[in-house]
Amino acid sequence: MTALPPALQDWFDARGWQMHPHQETMLDRAGAPALLLIAPTGGGKTLAGFLPTLSELAEAPEPGLHTLYVSPLKALAADIKRNLRTPIEEAGLPIRVEDRTGDTTATQKKRQRADPPHILLTTPESLALLTSYEDAPRMFAGLKRVVVDEIHALAESKRGDQLMLALARLQTLCPDLRRVGLSATVDDPAQIAKLLARHPDPCEILEADPGPEPDIEMLVTDTPPPWSGGGAKYAIPAVLEEVRKHRTTLIFHNTRAQAEIFFHHLWLANEEGLPIGIHHGSLDRGQRERVEAAMVAGDLRAIVCTGSLDLGIDWGDVDLVIQVGAPKNVKRLVQRIGRANHRYNAPSKALLVPANRFEVVECVAALQAVKERDLDGEPRGPGPRDVLCQHILIAACAGPFDAEMLYAEMISAGAYAGLTRAEFDACLDFCATGGYALRAYDQWRRILQRPDGLWQLRDPRSALRIRQNIGTIQDTDTLKVRMRGRGGAPLGEVEEGFAASLTKGDTFLIGGRIVRYEGLRETVVEVSRDSAQKPKIATFMGTKFSTSTQLSHRIVRMCQQDDWPDLPEHTADWLRLQREVSRLPQPGRLLIESFPHDGREQLVVYGFAGRNAQQTLGLLLTKRMEEEGLAPMGFVSTDYATLIWGLDAVTDPRPLFDIARLEAGLDTWLAGNAVMKRTFRASAHIAGLLERQVGGTRKTGKQATMSSDILYDTLLKYDPDHLLMQITREEAMRGLVDFDRIREMTERVGDRIDLLHLTRVTPLAAPLFLEPGRVPIAGSADERLLEEEVTRLLDASGLAAVDAPARPVWRVPW
Amino acid sequence: MARGLSPLAPPRAVGKKQSMNRLAFDFHGAALAPLPSGALHWPAARTLVVSDLHLGKSARMSAGGGAALPPYDTRETLARLERDIAATAPARVICLGDSFDSGAIRAALPAEDRDRITDVQAGREWIWIEGNHDPGPADLGGTHRAELMLGPLTFRHIARADAAGEVSGHYHPKARLLLRGRAISRPCFLFDTVRLILPAYGAYTGGLFTHAPTLSRLMGAEAEAILCGATQMRLPMPRTEARRA
Repeated sequence: MTALPPALQDWFDARGWQMHPHQETMLDRAGAPALLLIAPTGGGKTLAGFLPTLSELAEAPEPGLHTLYVSPLKALAADIKRNLRTPIEEAGLPIRVEDRTGDTTATQKKRQRADPPHILLTTPESLALLTSYEDAPRMFAGLKRVVVDEIHALAESKRGDQLMLALARLQTLCPDLRRVGLSATVDDPAQIAKLLARHPDPCEILEADPGPEPDIEMLVTDTPPPWSGGGAKYAIPAVLEEVRKHRTTLIFHNTRAQAEIFFHHLWLANEEGLPIGIHHGSLDRGQRERVEAAMVAGDLRAIVCTGSLDLGIDWGDVDLVIQVGAPKNVKRLVQRIGRANHRYNAPSKALLVPANRFEVVECVAALQAVKERDLDGEPRGPGPRDVLCQHILIAACAGPFDAEMLYAEMISAGAYAGLTRAEFDACLDFCATGGYALRAYDQWRRILQRPDGLWQLRDPRSALRIRQNIGTIQDTDTLKVRMRGRGGAPLGEVEEGFAASLTKGDTFLIGGRIVRYEGLRETVVEVSRDSAQKPKIATFMGTKFSTSTQLSHRIVRMCQQDDWPDLPEHTADWLRLQREVSRLPQPGRLLIESFPHDGREQLVVYGFAGRNAQQTLGLLLTKRMEEEGLAPMGFVSTDYATLIWGLDAVTDPRPLFDIARLEAGLDTWLAGNAVMKRTFRASAHIAGLLERQVGGTRKTGKQATMSSDILYDTLLKYDPDHLLMQITREEAMRGLVDFDRIREMTERVGDRIDLLHLTRVTPLAAPLFLEPGRVPIAGSADERLLEEEVTRLLDASGLAAVDAPARPVWRVPW
Repeated sequence: MARGLSPLAPPRAVGKKQSMNRLAFDFHGAALAPLPSGALHWPAARTLVVSDLHLGKSARMSAGGGAALPPYDTRETLARLERDIAATAPARVICLGDSFDSGAIRAALPAEDRDRITDVQAGREWIWIEGNHDPGPADLGGTHRAELMLGPLTFRHIARADAAGEVSGHYHPKARLLLRGRAISRPCFLFDTVRLILPAYGAYTGGLFTHAPTLSRLMGAEAEAILCGATQMRLPMPRTEARRA
């Protein structure tokens, strides 16, 4: 075994600590070119990742960057900085640690480039930005290790793809760079290892002892949860009681809106004034930092939070985690449970609080899955090419590059190992001229090839614009919220679409308080204090999660039981009620419910086919409904059902499932739908066709939406095989299943379609109305609604009555 | 009220031919027909009016060092114009300004696009009104004017306070309506007793919502809007004051 340097060993001894076995192994294997550690949260994973660095620097301190630490969250970087300081200061090690995120000041960032610390903590986006500077080779010279924390979370998204491309860049600058990945428990470690290592090098996988079974239960309350709704207000007294019984409780929610509403109710019920805070990604940074600091100082008894606190942050004294709302996927649940009881080898304690009765079913299914250690995961395809386009532009910002070398570098990233030279050249051409069939921009190339064969920016000033648009996170466009008046306190952010729906005087919740909408000043939402007890408008959107397919399979199986001894009585009653007023889904048949709600006709198709298949089904059925003149307005899909709303009710579902008619004109319909346009918009931003930042002023989302739709329609008409259209199709198809699956379903079901006409929302359908990710359908419903509105306006204004022929027409004498 | 259809909003299933003139209205004694594309037809004067074509917009943005937008906007706009000219066979076409996205881009227009412009100009009077994006005479066929008076109407790019029978463009007006929780926005014509503002005709043109203070101040209280698109609609101009909760 490799010995620790004396200073560190003394520090361990002074605390009476011993290294965990996996920490020792990490030290032993410190020289491995790529190493993946899988350990449960609370297993000293981060220290395991840093021990080799601390050890090397303690023995032979050299100036310059030694270790780069990358995490998916800014908050995590800040937290790690705090945690690393303890051993460094107490062991008296001459090591400088700094973080660099979107929140770091410009002065500090500049200094870091000139004089980098030994350990730099950052995010994938900040790292991509660093590699775009001309002085990147100097800054990263001598870099020995890169530690990617929570790599399982990054591996699921384009942020991970971008990070791995940046690592490929660093590896070229520092050939001896060693890569370390830290991951929570996952279903397929080899998959992540493949992403981490330089392709085709192997990557060693180290699995730590998973620790004891977590202590996890569903919270039992006297009041049963409601049929639908996401607030879990019914559970407030029981949750408050748990907060009282524990030292520190984290209360997780799936969306920011739910967190706000829950916090509000919790605060109203908190008669003894327990110190409780709120933390989520929409809040102003200052507010978030105050809550984090209070938490670390042990001043808070509970924090109501969302995913912004989700990943591996070590908050010390947390002894209970409460998950409000269904955990949606099992992996996320297990990782959240890890927040509690950060002492290794002590079981984590967690409580699930379902918000409605369908979620009770989901929670019970999730608990069974955790017990069976049945983690879910979905494989990702090859690396997306929009990220590649951005990477080429980033490379051009850093200085002239050789296309051959850049290609070689890119295919050393696992996700891009299969990239062909032709595909790469198409991306390069896109970056240079737009890659259009019509060669219109040759004189205005964005990047051009010099006589010596290297590629460079045509206009060096465009580097600024490219840097401002680095990143792959597609935030919904948000607006800042501020108190009205000079120097009004910033409160946080809301989605632009939400802001657009507000009229003066509307009240809503943000940062745990009720505010009154005063108006929009440029791109800032101005609000004032309001003393109302209840906000008029309760929601703004938040992060969207979907239930994993594995979990939904468990739920179908539960629906098919004769009775439900595993479920609380109120939920079993609820399923029985569904069976009574409607039906429960049965294998080999397709259950469809039709009922009016909210001034529209609703259709629910319970396919239990997984979100992708249900999404495809939604697109297909709305196409057929449009053809049948039923004026569909939109749909939303979950793993188990698709809800379609429109102006007219479906009376006979069979023609809708006519396979030949479903297939006819499918391509046209798919090409024109909102899912494609949304996907195009995201990819166009990443690939650099659309800019979010122009000279420091951000385009408002409305303008961006408008222009990206126009661009999409133009390309579809004049250049349907353009690279971005190919990328859009690939991306959208990741979220849709191919037609064969639908064909198979219609064949299997045949005419065993049960359409039930009901008068109101059914128990099983109720939760669908809360589902985010609604897809609007632009069709005849628009025109009919317009006519209604115009008629109403004309009647209201009296114009309809005065449409008599006007004055005599003046004749033009020529 | 039943889904009654007022005389101003006829049933949606009207034939194309019929829909051309169904929203014709009288403006200072001229009988004008707004087309679904955003062009204005004055049959009695055999005149077609279009505003804010912004030809060459994508090329101008690309020249500025930004991303290269799909370079199909100019041909798309010209295709629209060709269609409207074929349908109305005007003796005179008035382009109400900002026909080109910039003077420089006008000069750099590809030969193919210039040829198409020359083709549609053949056999008719063609008037380029000066806009803020394209001041100065064009090196293309047609007459160049700062403004033009024709019978009871005055054609200029930007509306003036002392307007009377004025037809202008510039603002790219766009109406936004909230319909049972769904927002629909469409380019639109705006008119009151003294002025008429045309929507932008170009493919890559954004718009200014009629709720914007600039447009609300400019247009009289009785102003109306006519929406472009498959189903043309005439309605009171949507304004901030009229906005419902």
